[in-house]
Amino acid sequence: MVVKYQYAEPTFSAKGTQMRDILANYIAVVSRRLPDDVTSKLKELAKVEVDPLQELIYDTMKENQLLAEKMKRPSCQDTGALQFFVKVGAKFPLLAELNDILKSAVYRATKEAPLRHNAVETFDEYNTGLNIGNGIPSVFVDLDGDSDRCEMYVYMAGGGCTLPGEAMVLMPGQGYEGVVRFVMDRMTSYGINACPPLLVGVGVATSVETAAMNSKLALMRRVDSVSPNANAAKLEHLLEDGINNIGLGPQGVGGRKSVMGVNVVNTARHPSTIGVAVSTGCWSHRRGLINFDADLNYDLPYNKGVEL
Amino acid sequence: MKTWHLTTPIEDADIDDIRIGDIVYLEGTLVTCRDVAHRRLVEEHRPLPVDVAKKAILHAGPIIRDLGNDQYEMVAVGPTTSMRMEKFEEEFIKQTGVKLIVGKGGMGPGTEAGCKKYHALHLVYPAGNAVFAATKVEKIVDAQWKDLGMPETLWVCKVKDYGPLIVSIDTQGNNLFEQKKVEYNRRKEEEIAIINKEVKFIK
Ligand code: SF4
Repeated sequence: MVVKYQYAEPTFSAKGTQMRDILANYIAVVSRRLPDDVTSKLKELAKVEVDPLQELIYDTMKENQLLAEKMKRPSCQDTGALQFFVKVGAKFPLLAELNDILKSAVYRATKEAPLRHNAVETFDEYNTGLNIGNGIPSVFVDLDGDSDRCEMYVYMAGGGCTLPGEAMVLMPGQGYEGVVRFVMDRMTSYGINACPPLLVGVGVATSVETAAMNSKLALMRRVDSVSPNANAAKLEHLLEDGINNIGLGPQGVGGRKSVMGVNVVNTARHPSTIGVAVSTGCWSHRRGLINFDADLNYDLPYNKGVEL
Repeated sequence: MKTWHLTTPIEDADIDDIRIGDIVYLEGTLVTCRDVAHRRLVEEHRPLPVDVAKKAILHAGPIIRDLGNDQYEMVAVGPTTSMRMEKFEEEFIKQTGVKLIVGKGGMGPGTEAGCKKYHALHLVYPAGNAVFAATKVEKIVDAQWKDLGMPETLWVCKVKDYGPLIVSIDTQGNNLFEQKKVEYNRRKEEEIAIINKEVKFIK
């Protein structure tokens, strides 16, 4: 017999409850309001796409975001599988409760926003109906020495855009030309269906999982951000122009541009390998950033003027 | 780019002059229908519990608010990738007599053949615009196969002014995305050649 996924909300400390409630509210905001950098980039791209079909699509997008804000509803029905990329110091007072807080926040936000039920248990193949399950939300933690702060990206990872990412390990002989081929081929295959204009995250590292993680972190950066490495920045620029010139347009129906941006995140490699990965964010790139201090004062660098 | 307004029931003559790249707005019955529903009909030979002949289906998994007493509200609805249904769609069109298949992204040769033989269209709704679309749903009149969970249930919607829908496959079997892909791939090769001159970082 299949034992179904059970969830009982744990009892939190007073501060833990406070952090959970802040996050539940923030997740609902992320589900309906695009980050400022994405909104302004879309505005800029809409000005470039002046043919009637492309214009109609951009107008629909603009109208949709206004309606989502006004009606307090998630702007896209695919509210994704929640992912958190967390940088937290050993002295952050809620470190021990953090995992439970994140799961509970998603559970609450799912009812309140409301979010779609996107957690299907594998092999037993049933939808938990709660939007949480084993390993969902996904939490990736980076320990930040003995700081008492906690910074986290909140990401609604959609089933048509960022979840079907790809990674591969190249031989050094294939060089960065191999990286370029890998990225460009993904653009004309699954990129078309990933709801362009895209934010393309490219990870370069030493293996599939390190490259994949880098490609995800690349999506957390602002659309106009530039890699601190001069050569990686050059590749970002070259890929951005190259993918734009393919001319996917909004929704892949053709147009003058294809992307909101290309971000590369790189780490070192073994002499025998070049790991490469691509993750794509769709135009409705719902990622947030919330930074807590030890007293749970927080700021929202991606959402100017938002109060929770 | 021509603009058309269609109302269900849709007859062959209503759609035979519509071409890829045209825009359609729909009034009438639209039923959400995706992966498992297609599989049940085509592979498991279970009849669809909703009659979609001369009507429209939508490859989508919406967010629904359950108001109790079998009353539901459409909160957000947008299309999912149509290509996942490609394997089943020709047979689906044949068996059901559906006229409009709405989804996201292109479909392949099976759907082209189905649209040509049985007079049907594949159209795409600009995905991600789920609240805008939900405001075009006047009422959810029925829900079937609820055992599949919120995203996969067949939600029978009465819609008005539902669109813009971009025609991706027409009744002659023309395929907008396949034509575009040829262009995209050609341009891609040109761009790769340009970029590769600049990325010889391993020396
Ligand atoms: S790719 Fe993004 S905008 Fe498109 S349906 Fe998926 S989540 Fe929504």
